[in-house]
Amino acid sequence: MTVAQRYRWLWKPALFAAALAPAALMLGAALGLTQASLGVDPVRTIIHRCGMTALQLLWLTLAVTPLRQLTGNNDLQRLRRMLGLFAAFYASLHFMAWAWLDQGLDLRAIGNDIAKRPYITIGLLALLLMAPLAITSTNGWMRRLGLRWQWLHRLVYPVALLAVWHFWWQVKKDYREPLAYAAMLSLLLGWRILRRRNRTRATSPSGSATVPEKT
Amino acid sequence: MRKTPRILPSDITPESVFLDRRKLLAYGIAGAASLGLPVHHDVALAADAQGTDRYRAPRNPKYVASEAPNTYEEITSYNNFYEFGTDKSDPQANAKSLRPSPWNVAIDGECEVKGTFALEDLLKPQSLEERVYRMRCVEAWSMVIPWVGFPLADLIRRFKPTSKAKYVAFTTLHDPVQMPGQRDRVLNWPYVEGLRMDEAMHPLTMIAVGVYGRALPNQNGAPLRLVVPWKYGFKGIKSIVKMSFTEQQPRTSWSGAAPGEYGFYANVNPAVDHPRWSQASERHIGGGSLFAKRQATLPFNGYANEVAALYSGMDLRRYF
Repeated sequence: MTVAQRYRWLWKPALFAAALAPAALMLGAALGLTQASLGVDPVRTIIHRCGMTALQLLWLTLAVTPLRQLTGNNDLQRLRRMLGLFAAFYASLHFMAWAWLDQGLDLRAIGNDIAKRPYITIGLLALLLMAPLAITSTNGWMRRLGLRWQWLHRLVYPVALLAVWHFWWQVKKDYREPLAYAAMLSLLLGWRILRRRNRTRATSPSGSATVPEKT
Repeated sequence: MRKTPRILPSDITPESVFLDRRKLLAYGIAGAASLGLPVHHDVALAADAQGTDRYRAPRNPKYVASEAPNTYEEITSYNNFYEFGTDKSDPQANAKSLRPSPWNVAIDGECEVKGTFALEDLLKPQSLEERVYRMRCVEAWSMVIPWVGFPLADLIRRFKPTSKAKYVAFTTLHDPVQMPGQRDRVLNWPYVEGLRMDEAMHPLTMIAVGVYGRALPNQNGAPLRLVVPWKYGFKGIKSIVKMSFTEQQPRTSWSGAAPGEYGFYANVNPAVDHPRWSQASERHIGGGSLFAKRQATLPFNGYANEVAALYSGMDLRRYF
Protein backbone atom coordinates (compact mmCIF):
# COMPACT_ATOMS: atom_id res chain seq x y z
CA MET A 1 0.00 0.00 0.00
CA THR A 2 1.52 3.28 -1.07
CA VAL A 3 1.55 6.38 1.07
CA ALA A 4 -0.95 7.98 -1.27
CA GLN A 5 -3.31 5.04 -0.83
CA ARG A 6 -2.91 4.98 2.93
CA TYR A 7 -4.09 8.58 3.11
CA ARG A 8 -6.87 8.08 0.58
CA TRP A 9 -9.44 9.22 3.13
CA LEU A 10 -7.69 12.60 3.11
CA TRP A 11 -7.90 13.20 -0.63
CA LYS A 12 -11.39 14.58 -0.73
CA PRO A 13 -11.17 16.90 2.28
CA ALA A 14 -7.79 18.13 1.04
CA LEU A 15 -9.16 18.82 -2.44
CA PHE A 16 -12.21 20.51 -0.93
CA ALA A 17 -10.02 22.85 1.09
CA ALA A 18 -7.68 23.55 -1.82
CA ALA A 19 -10.52 24.26 -4.23
CA LEU A 20 -12.22 26.56 -1.76
CA ALA A 21 -9.02 28.47 -1.03
CA PRO A 22 -9.18 30.96 -3.95
CA ALA A 23 -12.69 32.01 -2.96
CA ALA A 24 -11.76 32.20 0.70
CA LEU A 25 -8.70 34.32 -0.05
CA MET A 26 -10.72 36.73 -2.17
CA LEU A 27 -13.40 37.02 0.47
CA GLY A 28 -10.78 37.61 3.14
CA ALA A 29 -9.13 40.32 1.10
CA ALA A 30 -12.48 41.94 0.22
CA LEU A 31 -13.50 42.10 3.87
CA GLY A 32 -10.10 43.38 4.93
CA LEU A 33 -9.49 40.31 7.09
CA THR A 34 -6.12 39.62 5.51
CA GLN A 35 -3.21 41.70 4.31
CA ALA A 36 -3.74 40.40 0.78
CA SER A 37 -4.94 43.01 -1.64
CA LEU A 38 -7.28 42.76 -4.60
CA GLY A 39 -5.35 45.54 -6.30
CA VAL A 40 -6.36 48.86 -7.71
CA ASP A 41 -9.37 47.44 -9.56
CA PRO A 42 -10.78 44.84 -7.14
CA VAL A 43 -13.89 44.18 -9.24
CA ARG A 44 -11.82 43.21 -12.25
CA THR A 45 -9.55 41.10 -10.06
CA ILE A 46 -12.46 39.14 -8.60
CA ILE A 47 -14.13 38.55 -11.97
CA HIS A 48 -10.85 37.50 -13.54
CA ARG A 49 -9.76 35.22 -10.70
CA CYS A 50 -13.12 33.44 -10.52
CA GLY A 51 -13.08 32.88 -14.28
CA MET A 52 -9.51 31.61 -14.29
CA THR A 53 -10.15 29.30 -11.35
CA ALA A 54 -13.24 27.88 -13.07
CA LEU A 55 -11.21 27.26 -16.21
CA GLN A 56 -8.38 25.60 -14.32
CA LEU A 57 -10.73 23.34 -12.37
CA LEU A 58 -12.57 22.39 -15.54
CA TRP A 59 -9.28 21.44 -17.19
CA LEU A 60 -8.34 19.40 -14.11
CA THR A 61 -11.72 17.68 -14.32
CA LEU A 62 -10.98 16.75 -17.91
CA ALA A 63 -7.50 15.58 -16.96
CA VAL A 64 -8.80 12.96 -14.52
CA THR A 65 -9.68 10.34 -17.12
CA PRO A 66 -6.42 10.56 -19.12
CA LEU A 67 -4.42 10.55 -15.89
CA ARG A 68 -6.30 7.54 -14.64
CA GLN A 69 -5.69 5.71 -17.89
CA LEU A 70 -2.03 6.67 -17.95
CA THR A 71 -1.27 5.80 -14.37
CA GLY A 72 -3.76 3.00 -13.91
CA ASN A 73 -4.75 4.63 -10.63
CA ASN A 74 -8.52 4.35 -10.55
CA ASP A 75 -8.74 6.20 -7.24
CA LEU A 76 -8.33 9.44 -9.12
CA GLN A 77 -11.86 8.97 -10.42
CA ARG A 78 -13.16 9.71 -6.93
CA LEU A 79 -12.04 13.32 -7.26
CA ARG A 80 -13.66 14.09 -10.58
CA ARG A 81 -17.11 15.01 -9.33
CA MET A 82 -15.75 17.45 -6.78
CA LEU A 83 -13.49 19.09 -9.34
CA GLY A 84 -16.37 19.49 -11.77
CA LEU A 85 -18.68 20.89 -9.12
CA PHE A 86 -16.08 23.41 -8.03
CA ALA A 87 -15.56 24.43 -11.65
CA ALA A 88 -19.29 25.12 -11.88
CA PHE A 89 -19.16 26.96 -8.54
CA TYR A 90 -16.43 29.34 -9.72
CA ALA A 91 -18.11 29.81 -13.09
CA SER A 92 -21.25 30.91 -11.24
CA LEU A 93 -19.25 33.25 -9.02
CA HIS A 94 -17.58 34.63 -12.15
CA PHE A 95 -20.98 35.40 -13.68
CA MET A 96 -22.42 36.82 -10.46
CA ALA A 97 -19.38 39.03 -9.88
CA TRP A 98 -19.82 40.43 -13.38
CA ALA A 99 -23.58 40.92 -13.10
CA TRP A 100 -23.52 42.32 -9.58
CA LEU A 101 -20.18 44.03 -8.94
CA ASP A 102 -19.45 45.23 -12.46
CA GLN A 103 -22.93 45.79 -13.90
CA GLY A 104 -24.59 46.72 -10.58
CA LEU A 105 -27.47 44.29 -11.36
CA ASP A 106 -28.67 46.68 -14.03
CA LEU A 107 -30.82 44.13 -15.85
CA ARG A 108 -31.10 46.18 -19.01
CA ALA A 109 -27.34 46.61 -19.31
CA ILE A 110 -26.80 42.94 -18.53
CA GLY A 111 -29.37 41.85 -21.11
CA ASN A 112 -27.86 44.17 -23.69
CA ASP A 113 -24.39 42.84 -23.13
CA ILE A 114 -25.50 39.22 -23.27
CA ALA A 115 -27.31 39.87 -26.54
CA LYS A 116 -24.72 42.11 -28.14
CA ARG A 117 -21.37 40.76 -26.97
CA PRO A 118 -20.65 37.34 -28.43
CA TYR A 119 -18.01 36.56 -25.82
CA ILE A 120 -20.52 37.13 -23.05
CA THR A 121 -23.17 35.15 -24.90
CA ILE A 122 -20.95 32.11 -25.25
CA GLY A 123 -19.69 32.46 -21.69
CA LEU A 124 -23.25 32.40 -20.42
CA LEU A 125 -24.07 29.47 -22.69
CA ALA A 126 -21.16 27.53 -21.18
CA LEU A 127 -22.45 28.30 -17.70
CA LEU A 128 -25.99 27.24 -18.57
CA LEU A 129 -24.75 23.97 -20.04
CA MET A 130 -22.88 23.27 -16.82
CA ALA A 131 -26.09 23.53 -14.79
CA PRO A 132 -27.61 20.15 -15.79
CA LEU A 133 -24.25 18.50 -15.21
CA ALA A 134 -24.00 19.91 -11.71
CA ILE A 135 -27.60 18.94 -10.93
CA THR A 136 -27.24 15.36 -12.17
CA SER A 137 -23.88 14.82 -10.51
CA THR A 138 -25.40 12.93 -7.57
CA ASN A 139 -25.35 9.16 -7.20
CA GLY A 140 -29.12 9.11 -7.39
CA TRP A 141 -29.19 10.83 -10.78
CA MET A 142 -26.39 8.62 -12.02
CA ARG A 143 -28.47 5.56 -11.18
CA ARG A 144 -31.66 6.98 -12.58
CA LEU A 145 -30.11 8.03 -15.88
CA GLY A 146 -27.94 4.96 -16.34
CA LEU A 147 -26.24 5.02 -19.75
CA ARG A 148 -27.91 8.30 -20.59
CA TRP A 149 -25.92 9.90 -17.75
CA GLN A 150 -22.71 9.39 -19.67
CA TRP A 151 -24.24 10.83 -22.80
CA LEU A 152 -25.48 13.86 -20.91
CA HIS A 153 -22.15 14.46 -19.26
CA ARG A 154 -20.36 14.57 -22.58
CA LEU A 155 -21.73 18.12 -22.56
CA VAL A 156 -18.55 18.91 -20.66
CA TYR A 157 -16.69 18.96 -23.99
CA PRO A 158 -18.74 21.75 -25.59
CA VAL A 159 -18.65 23.56 -22.24
CA ALA A 160 -14.83 23.49 -22.28
CA LEU A 161 -14.68 24.64 -25.90
CA LEU A 162 -17.08 27.51 -25.19
CA ALA A 163 -15.13 28.45 -22.08
CA VAL A 164 -11.80 28.77 -23.86
CA TRP A 165 -13.48 30.58 -26.74
CA HIS A 166 -15.00 32.99 -24.21
CA PHE A 167 -11.52 33.59 -22.77
CA TRP A 168 -9.95 33.99 -26.21
CA TRP A 169 -12.51 36.49 -27.41
CA GLN A 170 -12.17 39.00 -24.66
CA VAL A 171 -8.39 39.30 -24.79
CA LYS A 172 -7.23 42.59 -26.27
CA LYS A 173 -4.10 41.46 -28.05
CA ASP A 174 -1.93 39.09 -26.07
CA TYR A 175 -3.33 35.65 -26.95
CA ARG A 176 -0.61 33.62 -25.27
CA GLU A 177 -2.62 32.73 -22.18
CA PRO A 178 -5.81 31.62 -23.92
CA LEU A 179 -3.61 29.87 -26.46
CA ALA A 180 -1.97 27.88 -23.66
CA TYR A 181 -5.38 26.84 -22.37
CA ALA A 182 -6.53 25.93 -25.88
CA ALA A 183 -3.39 23.84 -26.34
CA MET A 184 -3.96 21.99 -23.07
CA LEU A 185 -7.58 21.38 -24.04
CA SER A 186 -6.58 19.97 -27.39
CA LEU A 187 -4.27 17.57 -25.60
CA LEU A 188 -7.02 16.50 -23.24
CA LEU A 189 -9.57 16.04 -26.01
CA GLY A 190 -7.02 14.69 -28.49
CA TRP A 191 -6.10 11.97 -26.03
CA ARG A 192 -9.70 10.82 -25.94
CA ILE A 193 -10.06 10.84 -29.70
CA LEU A 194 -6.86 8.85 -30.21
CA ARG A 195 -7.82 6.32 -27.60
CA ARG A 196 -11.26 5.90 -29.03
CA ARG A 197 -9.87 5.39 -32.51
CA ASN A 198 -7.35 2.84 -31.26
CA ARG A 199 -10.01 1.03 -29.33
CA THR A 200 -12.37 0.74 -32.28
CA ARG A 201 -9.51 -0.43 -34.45
CA ALA A 202 -8.51 -2.92 -31.83
CA THR A 203 -11.98 -4.40 -31.60
CA SER A 204 -12.95 -4.22 -35.27
CA PRO A 205 -12.57 -7.53 -37.11
CA SER A 206 -10.27 -6.13 -39.77
CA GLY A 207 -7.93 -4.54 -37.26
CA SER A 208 -5.08 -6.28 -35.49
CA ALA A 209 -7.32 -7.21 -32.61
CA THR A 210 -4.81 -9.28 -30.77
CA VAL A 211 -2.18 -6.60 -30.39
CA PRO A 212 -3.77 -3.47 -28.91
CA GLU A 213 -1.73 -0.43 -29.74
CA LYS A 214 0.14 1.23 -26.97
CA THR A 215 -1.71 4.31 -25.85
CA MET B 1 -12.50 40.35 13.76
CA ARG B 2 -11.63 43.10 11.31
CA LYS B 3 -7.99 44.02 11.30
CA THR B 4 -7.09 47.66 11.27
CA PRO B 5 -6.66 48.55 7.61
CA ARG B 6 -3.32 49.95 6.63
CA ILE B 7 -3.72 53.68 6.12
CA LEU B 8 -1.15 55.50 4.08
CA PRO B 9 -0.82 59.26 4.28
CA SER B 10 -1.65 59.31 0.58
CA ASP B 11 -5.02 57.74 1.37
CA ILE B 12 -6.01 60.64 3.56
CA THR B 13 -4.49 63.72 1.97
CA PRO B 14 -4.45 63.87 -1.79
CA GLU B 15 -0.83 64.27 -2.69
CA SER B 16 -1.44 67.58 -4.45
CA VAL B 17 -2.85 69.16 -1.31
CA PHE B 18 0.10 67.81 0.56
CA LEU B 19 2.48 69.31 -1.97
CA ASP B 20 0.59 72.59 -2.16
CA ARG B 21 1.10 72.95 1.55
CA ARG B 22 4.81 72.66 1.08
CA LYS B 23 4.70 75.03 -1.85
CA LEU B 24 2.83 77.51 0.28
CA LEU B 25 5.54 77.26 2.86
CA ALA B 26 8.18 77.94 0.21
CA TYR B 27 6.24 80.90 -1.19
CA GLY B 28 5.82 82.23 2.30
CA ILE B 29 9.53 82.11 2.88
CA ALA B 30 10.29 83.70 -0.46
CA GLY B 31 7.75 86.43 0.27
CA ALA B 32 9.26 87.11 3.64
CA ALA B 33 12.69 87.30 2.08
CA SER B 34 11.54 89.78 -0.56
CA LEU B 35 10.15 92.01 2.15
CA GLY B 36 13.53 91.99 3.78
CA LEU B 37 12.30 90.05 6.76
CA PRO B 38 14.76 87.76 8.40
CA VAL B 39 14.43 84.19 7.10
CA HIS B 40 15.84 81.19 8.80
CA HIS B 41 18.24 80.01 6.17
CA ASP B 42 17.96 76.32 6.97
CA VAL B 43 14.21 76.34 6.50
CA ALA B 44 14.51 77.94 3.09
CA LEU B 45 17.09 75.38 2.07
CA ALA B 46 15.01 72.52 3.36
CA ALA B 47 12.05 73.69 1.33
CA ASP B 48 14.26 73.78 -1.75
CA ALA B 49 16.12 70.55 -1.29
CA GLN B 50 13.34 68.17 -2.25
CA GLY B 51 15.11 67.38 -5.51
CA THR B 52 11.85 67.19 -7.43
CA ASP B 53 11.08 70.90 -7.30
CA ARG B 54 11.36 71.09 -11.04
CA TYR B 55 8.10 69.18 -11.42
CA ARG B 56 6.24 70.96 -8.66
CA ALA B 57 4.47 73.21 -11.10
CA PRO B 58 1.57 75.56 -10.41
CA ARG B 59 -1.86 74.16 -11.18
CA ASN B 60 -3.58 75.68 -14.18
CA PRO B 61 -7.08 76.44 -12.84
CA LYS B 62 -8.53 76.23 -16.35
CA TYR B 63 -7.88 72.52 -16.51
CA VAL B 64 -9.02 70.92 -13.31
CA ALA B 65 -11.43 68.01 -13.54
CA SER B 66 -14.27 68.24 -11.06
CA GLU B 67 -13.58 64.74 -9.70
CA ALA B 68 -10.92 64.15 -7.05
CA PRO B 69 -7.68 62.82 -8.50
CA ASN B 70 -6.70 59.20 -8.03
CA THR B 71 -3.88 58.47 -5.62
CA TYR B 72 -0.28 58.37 -6.77
CA GLU B 73 -0.29 54.68 -5.90
CA GLU B 74 -3.28 53.95 -8.16
CA ILE B 75 -1.91 55.96 -11.07
CA THR B 76 1.52 54.35 -10.93
CA SER B 77 0.53 50.74 -10.26
CA TYR B 78 -2.32 50.17 -12.71
CA ASN B 79 -1.92 51.04 -16.35
CA ASN B 80 -1.21 49.63 -19.78
CA PHE B 81 2.31 49.90 -21.17
CA TYR B 82 2.76 46.77 -23.28
CA GLU B 83 6.48 47.46 -23.63
CA PHE B 84 6.74 46.12 -20.09
CA GLY B 85 4.10 43.38 -20.24
CA THR B 86 0.42 43.05 -20.99
CA ASP B 87 -0.94 42.94 -17.46
CA LYS B 88 -1.86 46.22 -15.82
CA SER B 89 0.52 45.55 -12.94
CA ASP B 90 3.41 44.67 -15.28
CA PRO B 91 4.57 48.24 -16.02
CA GLN B 92 5.27 48.97 -12.37
CA ALA B 93 6.93 45.59 -11.88
CA ASN B 94 9.13 45.67 -14.99
CA ALA B 95 9.87 49.29 -15.86
CA LYS B 96 12.98 49.61 -13.72
CA SER B 97 15.14 48.67 -16.69
CA LEU B 98 14.17 51.85 -18.56
CA ARG B 99 16.80 54.60 -18.44
CA PRO B 100 14.99 57.91 -18.96
CA SER B 101 18.21 59.92 -18.81
CA PRO B 102 20.04 60.79 -20.99
CA TRP B 103 17.21 61.00 -23.49
CA ASN B 104 17.02 62.35 -27.03
CA VAL B 105 14.07 63.13 -29.23
CA ALA B 106 14.40 63.16 -33.01
CA ILE B 107 12.31 65.65 -35.00
CA ASP B 108 11.83 65.09 -38.71
CA GLY B 109 9.42 65.33 -41.61
CA GLU B 110 7.56 68.39 -42.88
CA CYS B 111 9.15 71.04 -40.67
CA GLU B 112 11.91 73.62 -40.89
CA VAL B 113 13.72 72.77 -37.70
CA LYS B 114 14.85 69.15 -37.71
CA GLY B 115 17.39 67.17 -35.77
CA THR B 116 17.95 65.25 -32.61
CA PHE B 117 17.50 67.17 -29.40
CA ALA B 118 18.52 66.40 -25.86
CA LEU B 119 15.51 66.30 -23.56
CA GLU B 120 16.91 69.16 -21.43
CA ASP B 121 17.08 71.42 -24.48
CA LEU B 122 13.53 70.54 -25.45
CA LEU B 123 12.23 71.27 -21.98
CA LYS B 124 14.29 74.34 -21.09
CA PRO B 125 12.06 77.00 -22.70
CA GLN B 126 8.81 75.35 -21.56
CA SER B 127 7.21 76.44 -18.33
CA LEU B 128 5.56 73.52 -16.60
CA GLU B 129 2.07 73.50 -15.18
CA GLU B 130 -0.20 71.00 -13.52
CA ARG B 131 -3.45 69.94 -15.17
CA VAL B 132 -5.92 67.53 -13.64
CA TYR B 133 -7.35 65.51 -16.52
CA ARG B 134 -9.80 62.67 -16.78
CA MET B 135 -8.30 59.56 -18.36
CA ARG B 136 -10.60 57.06 -20.05
CA CYS B 137 -9.10 53.75 -21.11
CA VAL B 138 -10.56 51.99 -24.15
CA GLU B 139 -11.11 49.04 -21.78
CA ALA B 140 -13.89 51.02 -20.05
CA TRP B 141 -12.16 52.11 -16.87
CA SER B 142 -11.12 55.60 -15.91
CA MET B 143 -8.97 57.66 -13.59
CA VAL B 144 -8.35 61.33 -12.81
CA ILE B 145 -4.68 62.29 -13.06
CA PRO B 146 -2.76 65.47 -12.13
CA TRP B 147 -0.24 65.65 -14.94
CA VAL B 148 2.68 68.06 -15.01
CA GLY B 149 3.71 69.29 -18.42
CA PHE B 150 3.06 71.87 -21.12
CA PRO B 151 0.92 72.25 -24.24
CA LEU B 152 2.20 70.20 -27.17
CA ALA B 153 1.43 73.20 -29.41
CA ASP B 154 4.20 75.23 -27.72
CA LEU B 155 6.72 72.52 -28.55
CA ILE B 156 5.49 72.03 -32.11
CA ARG B 157 5.76 75.75 -32.94
CA ARG B 158 9.47 75.65 -32.22
CA PHE B 159 10.01 73.23 -35.09
CA LYS B 160 8.09 75.38 -37.60
CA PRO B 161 6.01 72.73 -39.37
CA THR B 162 5.43 73.56 -43.05
CA SER B 163 2.07 73.81 -44.77
CA LYS B 164 2.51 70.19 -45.84
CA ALA B 165 2.39 68.99 -42.24
CA LYS B 166 -1.10 67.55 -41.84
CA TYR B 167 -0.34 65.06 -39.08
CA VAL B 168 2.21 64.48 -36.40
CA ALA B 169 3.41 60.96 -35.64
CA PHE B 170 5.09 59.93 -32.39
CA THR B 171 7.32 56.92 -31.81
CA THR B 172 8.19 55.17 -28.54
CA LEU B 173 11.68 53.93 -27.75
CA HIS B 174 12.40 50.54 -29.34
CA ASP B 175 14.90 48.72 -27.16
CA PRO B 176 14.01 45.23 -25.90
CA VAL B 177 16.80 45.46 -23.30
CA GLN B 178 15.23 48.47 -21.64
CA MET B 179 11.70 47.42 -22.55
CA PRO B 180 11.53 43.65 -22.02
CA GLY B 181 7.93 43.44 -23.22
CA GLN B 182 9.18 44.19 -26.71
CA ARG B 183 10.71 40.72 -26.86
CA ASP B 184 7.16 39.47 -27.37
CA ARG B 185 5.59 40.51 -30.61
CA VAL B 186 2.20 41.30 -29.14
CA LEU B 187 2.32 44.57 -31.08
CA ASN B 188 4.37 45.70 -34.03
CA TRP B 189 7.19 47.54 -32.25
CA PRO B 190 7.97 50.35 -31.94
CA TYR B 191 4.68 51.79 -30.76
CA VAL B 192 3.48 54.59 -33.00
CA GLU B 193 0.70 57.08 -32.37
CA GLY B 194 -0.43 60.14 -34.23
CA LEU B 195 -2.67 63.17 -34.23
CA ARG B 196 -4.13 65.39 -36.89
CA MET B 197 -2.33 68.73 -36.80
CA ASP B 198 -5.33 70.62 -35.40
CA GLU B 199 -5.66 68.00 -32.63
CA ALA B 200 -1.96 68.30 -31.85
CA MET B 201 -2.20 72.10 -31.70
CA HIS B 202 -5.30 72.06 -29.48
CA PRO B 203 -4.63 73.71 -26.10
CA LEU B 204 -5.87 70.61 -24.22
CA THR B 205 -3.22 68.39 -25.80
CA MET B 206 -0.18 68.22 -23.60
CA ILE B 207 3.21 66.67 -23.20
CA ALA B 208 3.53 65.37 -19.67
CA VAL B 209 6.87 65.03 -17.92
CA GLY B 210 5.54 64.55 -14.42
CA VAL B 211 2.65 63.45 -12.27
CA TYR B 212 1.73 64.67 -8.79
CA GLY B 213 4.60 67.11 -8.78
CA ARG B 214 7.21 64.43 -9.41
CA ALA B 215 9.05 63.27 -12.50
CA LEU B 216 7.04 60.74 -14.50
CA PRO B 217 7.79 57.26 -13.17
CA ASN B 218 9.14 54.89 -15.81
CA GLN B 219 5.92 52.89 -15.89
CA ASN B 220 3.90 55.97 -16.80
CA GLY B 221 6.04 56.86 -19.80
CA ALA B 222 9.18 58.59 -18.57
CA PRO B 223 10.64 60.93 -19.47
CA LEU B 224 7.96 62.43 -21.70
CA ARG B 225 4.59 61.29 -22.99
CA LEU B 226 1.54 62.54 -24.78
CA VAL B 227 -1.76 63.26 -23.00
CA VAL B 228 -4.91 63.79 -25.07
CA PRO B 229 -7.72 63.78 -22.52
CA TRP B 230 -10.65 63.50 -24.94
CA LYS B 231 -9.25 60.35 -26.56
CA TYR B 232 -8.88 56.80 -25.28
CA GLY B 233 -5.77 56.31 -23.23
CA PHE B 234 -3.84 54.34 -25.85
CA LYS B 235 -3.44 57.55 -27.88
CA GLY B 236 -1.25 58.87 -25.07
CA ILE B 237 2.01 57.44 -26.36
CA LYS B 238 4.75 57.06 -23.76
CA SER B 239 8.55 57.42 -23.64
CA ILE B 240 8.65 59.33 -26.92
CA VAL B 241 11.87 59.30 -28.96
CA LYS B 242 10.62 60.71 -32.24
CA MET B 243 8.14 63.20 -33.63
CA SER B 244 7.53 63.32 -37.38
CA PHE B 245 5.41 65.81 -39.26
CA THR B 246 3.67 64.03 -42.12
CA GLU B 247 1.35 64.74 -44.99
CA GLN B 248 -0.31 61.33 -44.77
CA GLN B 249 -2.17 59.91 -41.80
CA PRO B 250 0.37 57.83 -39.89
CA ARG B 251 -0.15 54.10 -39.39
CA THR B 252 -0.67 53.86 -35.68
CA SER B 253 -0.06 50.76 -33.58
CA TRP B 254 -3.47 49.78 -32.28
CA SER B 255 -5.47 50.79 -35.31
CA GLY B 256 -2.97 48.85 -37.41
CA ALA B 257 -3.17 45.79 -35.16
CA ALA B 258 -6.96 45.61 -35.04
CA PRO B 259 -8.51 48.16 -37.44
CA GLY B 260 -12.05 47.03 -36.66
CA GLU B 261 -11.61 47.65 -32.95
CA TYR B 262 -9.38 50.70 -32.61
CA GLY B 263 -9.61 53.69 -34.89
CA PHE B 264 -7.07 56.39 -35.66
CA TYR B 265 -9.19 59.04 -33.96
CA ALA B 266 -10.14 57.00 -30.86
CA ASN B 267 -12.23 59.84 -29.45
CA VAL B 268 -14.05 58.80 -26.30
CA ASN B 269 -17.57 58.15 -27.51
CA PRO B 270 -20.28 56.43 -25.47
CA ALA B 271 -22.38 56.00 -28.62
CA VAL B 272 -19.83 53.91 -30.48
CA ASP B 273 -19.19 50.60 -28.77
CA HIS B 274 -16.07 48.57 -29.04
CA PRO B 275 -17.10 45.46 -30.99
CA ARG B 276 -16.64 43.36 -27.86
CA TRP B 277 -17.84 45.65 -25.10
CA SER B 278 -20.00 48.67 -24.47
CA GLN B 279 -18.38 52.10 -24.21
CA ALA B 280 -21.51 53.65 -22.69
CA SER B 281 -20.21 53.46 -19.15
CA GLU B 282 -16.95 53.05 -17.30
CA ARG B 283 -15.70 51.86 -13.95
CA HIS B 284 -13.92 54.61 -12.12
CA ILE B 285 -10.83 53.21 -10.46
CA GLY B 286 -10.34 54.06 -6.83
CA GLY B 287 -12.04 54.12 -3.51
CA GLY B 288 -11.59 50.38 -3.28
CA SER B 289 -15.33 49.79 -2.90
CA LEU B 290 -16.63 46.65 -4.52
CA PHE B 291 -20.07 48.11 -4.92
CA ALA B 292 -19.28 51.45 -6.53
CA LYS B 293 -21.59 52.10 -9.44
CA ARG B 294 -20.31 52.38 -12.98
CA GLN B 295 -20.46 55.93 -14.25
CA ALA B 296 -21.75 57.13 -17.58
CA THR B 297 -19.07 57.83 -20.17
CA LEU B 298 -19.29 61.36 -21.58
CA PRO B 299 -18.82 62.30 -25.24
CA PHE B 300 -15.20 63.29 -25.75
CA ASN B 301 -14.63 62.23 -22.15
CA GLY B 302 -16.34 65.40 -20.90
CA TYR B 303 -14.28 67.74 -23.10
CA ALA B 304 -16.92 68.12 -25.83
CA ASN B 305 -17.24 71.89 -25.35
CA GLU B 306 -13.57 72.30 -26.11
CA VAL B 307 -13.04 69.78 -28.89
CA ALA B 308 -16.30 68.75 -30.59
CA ALA B 309 -15.82 71.50 -33.19
CA LEU B 310 -12.66 69.77 -34.44
CA TYR B 311 -14.86 67.03 -35.83
CA SER B 312 -17.87 68.95 -37.11
CA GLY B 313 -19.26 67.31 -40.20
CA MET B 314 -17.42 64.06 -39.58
CA ASP B 315 -19.25 60.77 -39.19
CA LEU B 316 -17.88 59.68 -35.83
CA ARG B 317 -19.22 56.16 -36.30
CA ARG B 318 -17.04 55.79 -39.33
CA TYR B 319 -14.07 57.72 -37.97
CA PHE B 320 -14.10 56.14 -34.52
